[in-house]
Amino acid sequence: MSALHTPLYDWHVARGARMTEFGGWEMPVVYTSVVAEHQAVRTGAGLFDISHMGRLSFAGDEAQALIDRVFTNDVAGMKDFQARYGLICNDRGGVQDDVLVYRWPYGWAMVVNAANRTKIVGVLEAERGTRKVQIMDQTTLTGMLALQGPKAIEMTCGLFDVDPATLKYYHAAATRSRGLQCVVSRTGYTGEDGVEVMIGGAHVAALADEFVSRGAVSCGLGARDTLRLEAGMPLYGHELTEEIDPLQAGLGWAVQLDKESFIGRDALLRRRDESARPRRVGLVLEGTRSAREGCRILLDGKAVGKVTSGAPAPTVGKPVAMAYVEPQAAAAGTKVAIDVRGKAESAKVVPLPFYKRPRPPVH
Amino acid sequence: MDPKTLRYAATHEWAARDGDTVTVGITKFAVEQLTDVTHVELPTVGRPVTAGQPFGEVESVKSVNDLYSPVTGEIIAVNDALATDPSLVTNDPLTGGWMIKIKLKPGTTLDHLMTLDAYDKQIALEGH
Repeated sequence: MSALHTPLYDWHVARGARMTEFGGWEMPVVYTSVVAEHQAVRTGAGLFDISHMGRLSFAGDEAQALIDRVFTNDVAGMKDFQARYGLICNDRGGVQDDVLVYRWPYGWAMVVNAANRTKIVGVLEAERGTRKVQIMDQTTLTGMLALQGPKAIEMTCGLFDVDPATLKYYHAAATRSRGLQCVVSRTGYTGEDGVEVMIGGAHVAALADEFVSRGAVSCGLGARDTLRLEAGMPLYGHELTEEIDPLQAGLGWAVQLDKESFIGRDALLRRRDESARPRRVGLVLEGTRSAREGCRILLDGKAVGKVTSGAPAPTVGKPVAMAYVEPQAAAAGTKVAIDVRGKAESAKVVPLPFYKRPRPPVH
Repeated sequence: MDPKTLRYAATHEWAARDGDTVTVGITKFAVEQLTDVTHVELPTVGRPVTAGQPFGEVESVKSVNDLYSPVTGEIIAVNDALATDPSLVTNDPLTGGWMIKIKLKPGTTLDHLMTLDAYDKQIALEGH
């Protein structure tokens, strides 16, 4: 099957982006420089096409019950217009996807990873059973942009009927932009303040042009990866897989084990007590060579884990990595060696995230 | 360096011959593909190298790539400045960003390498 195109495909190509296949979509990796795009998001504002992310909406009396059944985090306590991060697990407690759930007065929505969209729709269909729920996959009808950075919010000024500056973090509005229906949420995947906007596919390019004319730098997946890595955010397929559970991934805050029942709950209650399983840590390397996915981690000459993501971190100024290591190597401050293509590099376990923005948005 | 006087490997290294000394670096096209060079790993002086075999690695934010020796011989100099400032490769790949100097093994040549014209044709096919 050939890769899908987002509504911005031609827009990226016209701007000289280098394109690559990601999660079944043809996406921009970089326009000019990963470092320059990364720094634009840390100091100004960067624009990302995230139309590849799966956008599902739910209607019907039992939509809440269905989402509650698949989602690890609390659903009943969500208020209208709130967005919440959580996982969808398999019955072994492994992660099938990490997703955002949105609650509306009239229904629910979910944003899932591109590569997992078909799988998650299948999980939802299978769990629906006789529940009265309509599941609508709106991914290919709509587009989605992320505007991220300390200047992102001021850059949206006057563009939406609901001013994003009035939105609390992890809250959303169903609003209009120059008469066109859209959804704006104060969410993101970069460690910076910002918004994500969902709008009809035909209108994405005009909105992207507007953001760029206001000074946003168009950014590719390369910068998105270094930004989320510095912010300590897991990426599905790397830090999260069907074999890894959210507790060892350090995402216990997004798992409500006291919820009555959800897929994987029983397995997670068991796994919680298996203290020997590897856990996710952050690593900062001493040298300038970067540890990449798959590199082995050694403690006193013994292999204790593997790197899941790693790169030179532009804002940190050193190579960083995320990894799963055995408990004896997981304490902050532990000095380890990483086998980087046959040569040992010194590294230290550090608390995540590697980078925290100077001032969080006002709540 | 005048790009026209250089010879090129399919793996995007350039080679400049001066007597039996060959200076080696990577091309502007390679730099554009890598975008930001963050680390260059080079061998030590005295090490033998073989045409088509790796002699080091160049790392960018996104990836690590092997560097291949365009010729056969022995390393007689290494650009130590790249250890502290890998951006020399990004900003000036043909001059300040040179990587190694090789003493050409007697009886070997650069004849297997491409001219600028042939190399330009290759990179046009690789997608620009």
